[in-house]
Amino acid sequence: MIDRIASGFHPFVIPFVFGMVFVIGWCILALVRILFQLTHQDRLAFFKSLVNPKTALRNIKDIFANCLLHVKLWKRNKLLGYMHSSIAFGWFMLIVLGHLEVFIYVPHRINLFYYPIFFNYFVSEADATIGGSLLFFLMDFFLLMVLSGIVLAMVKRFRSMLFGMRRTTRPAFLDRIGLWALWMIFPLRWIAETFTAHISGGSFLTAPMSHLLVRVLGDNIPVMPFWWAYSIALCVFICVLPFTRYRHIPAEMLLIPRRNAGLKIRNARKGLAKVEVFSCPNCGVCIDACPMSVKKANIKDCTVYLNRQIRRGNEKRIEQISDKCLLCGKCEAVCQVGVQGPTIRVAQRSIRKYGLSQDYSNIDIQPLVDAAKGSKVVYFAGCMTKLTPRISTAMESLFKKAGVEYVWMDRDGGLCCGRPMLTAGRLEQAGQMIAMNERIIKESGAGTLVLSCPICYKMFKEHYNLPGVKIVHHTEYLEELVRSGVLKLEKGDTFYVYHDPCELGRGSGIYEAPRKLVGQAAMIVDAGHTREERSCGGGSLGSLTLSFAQREAITKASLADLGVNHPDAIATACPLCLATFSRYSSRPVRDIAEIVDIQSNGSE
Amino acid sequence: MIDFGFKINPSSTLDLDKADLTLYNKLVRMEPEARMCMACGSCSATCMSAEYSGMSVRKVLLALQRGKDVSMMLSNCMLCGKCTMVCPRGINTRHLILSLCRIYDKEGLK
Ligand code: SF4
Ligand code: SF4
Ligand code: SF4
Repeated sequence: MIDRIASGFHPFVIPFVFGMVFVIGWCILALVRILFQLTHQDRLAFFKSLVNPKTALRNIKDIFANCLLHVKLWKRNKLLGYMHSSIAFGWFMLIVLGHLEVFIYVPHRINLFYYPIFFNYFVSEADATIGGSLLFFLMDFFLLMVLSGIVLAMVKRFRSMLFGMRRTTRPAFLDRIGLWALWMIFPLRWIAETFTAHISGGSFLTAPMSHLLVRVLGDNIPVMPFWWAYSIALCVFICVLPFTRYRHIPAEMLLIPRRNAGLKIRNARKGLAKVEVFSCPNCGVCIDACPMSVKKANIKDCTVYLNRQIRRGNEKRIEQISDKCLLCGKCEAVCQVGVQGPTIRVAQRSIRKYGLSQDYSNIDIQPLVDAAKGSKVVYFAGCMTKLTPRISTAMESLFKKAGVEYVWMDRDGGLCCGRPMLTAGRLEQAGQMIAMNERIIKESGAGTLVLSCPICYKMFKEHYNLPGVKIVHHTEYLEELVRSGVLKLEKGDTFYVYHDPCELGRGSGIYEAPRKLVGQAAMIVDAGHTREERSCGGGSLGSLTLSFAQREAITKASLADLGVNHPDAIATACPLCLATFSRYSSRPVRDIAEIVDIQSNGSE
Repeated sequence: MIDFGFKINPSSTLDLDKADLTLYNKLVRMEPEARMCMACGSCSATCMSAEYSGMSVRKVLLALQRGKDVSMMLSNCMLCGKCTMVCPRGINTRHLILSLCRIYDKEGLK
């Protein structure tokens, strides 16, 4: 006899059923709403990607890897990775195996969706066969896995330092309710299953205790209260889910297919931006990562709080948080869900109204167009390099040594690349500058555009339409000249540490060329944090409101991290970093162009 | 008008009693740093758009204190941030410009 309750029903399942109906209804409603918020094209692209087997496969793979196994988190923090994946994956397996049990033993109940959840209550002697006991063993195994994750979660809540997190978020009131409900679900399930194990059967986690209980209490085991409690805990958790951080579970499953469909954030509050904001589980990993957080006052301006304020619709805080950020991109790089903190902020900035909008149509660019003609290589120093002429001087000298014919497009004034305007959210103004610069470069007939500033570089790469023009940062360009033997480097004996500028490293993925150059021209040591993990130097134009005093703390923290291996000097590849570091550094700061210039001879 | 071969410059007398300082006062409320400017001119010297529209944060602040229109100057600022980088008083001039553009109300000024 397996199916022990003839009706297949007991009132204790009602809370769970109620919760499930509610949450599924809510999810469907939210899904429909968000789909309606997409532009027509995006919606089409989204649906197309769902039926395209390649993206569909990738969706499944990504959901499995990110939502269940938390692969990205594992890579970053093993303990946190285990904690999250044990709960998520363990729970998932409990559900899958529960369905399997129902399917095998009581297939006529498969239409009752609460059955797999409360299987042990409704059956008896289900572990009598080998298959049955194997299933029970697996169930207990995954329950243990979840329980271990829950224990870790409790420890983390009170001692986050043990998990290598200096700071984590403070949960809001409803979050706490959800948290406690989640913590209660599995211990209650364990007790409930233990108390029924003498009827339904059990395995290593439930059976031994059950034997003991039967010995002591005989038939008077208080079974029902715990099944009720288990069902109620489930109900509470799923009912508060849409209003707590746990909504990241359904939201992330939606975010992954959307991102794989190649959708971009087009609206500050709707569509993809909304899904991203709701996908944030408030894990707080971005707090420690954020360079602004060196000042305690700025902690509440990290991306996790941006997401929270957008969800709450707190306009004043949204504006403050959006404007303060350096747009360094580090939070995005470390985020498990990949919430595009900087992009969301720029979108927020772009919905602001201005009484006066810049307009450059009065600028006559003909002189600039004429001046840029006549060479295969165009050099664009950029505004920031104008403030650090050491870099452009070194570049001029290197062009000469390499025998390269070039024109310096903005030697006597010119236009900004438009990135500062773009990051301020004023897309139309940036567009005007883009169009003007595009014309200058197109009409110059050059095939290569060399840039000294990573801010310009990212801008030209991503927002300019210059067919047939190779856009290179000077580190890439110089590296090629060295590789092809046009420039010869002599290795010096200064120890340099290389600082990855945000826009060049995380922003454009250029990590190797600068390192190769420094390595060939001098000795190189590592910073405390390198590549994706490097902290912004604090000068970033991305921030609109950070004051000098607040930037100073960021710069000093970044400098301290650069100095951990006691280099003689600091190398960087960004004029803004150069200027910012020079202000406070006790070590000399040099651009790579300068280092290469000092250590090189042209080929004779 | 008859050309006499010379002309009379418009009077440059400042009548601060009559100047409309609404915009300046509003700006100072939003950006108290505006008061820290010592008119050193570093920003003017570095400005990218100076040659196109005569932009200069120093001049903008001065003109506002005299109730004059600054929209032409502002209209070519590229927000490049050079002025912020060089300001010895540490004024966040970029944000100052943005705030000014936000509250700018052409109707309110000549
Ligand atoms: S982009 Fe950088 S400064 Fe902005 S919130 Fe993220 S980590 Fe912090
Ligand atoms: S931000 Fe504007 S005012 Fe300042 S230097 Fe650049 S163009 Fe000139
Ligand atoms: S650089 Fe600063 S202090 Fe000097 S004039 Fe400009 S805003 Fe004023």
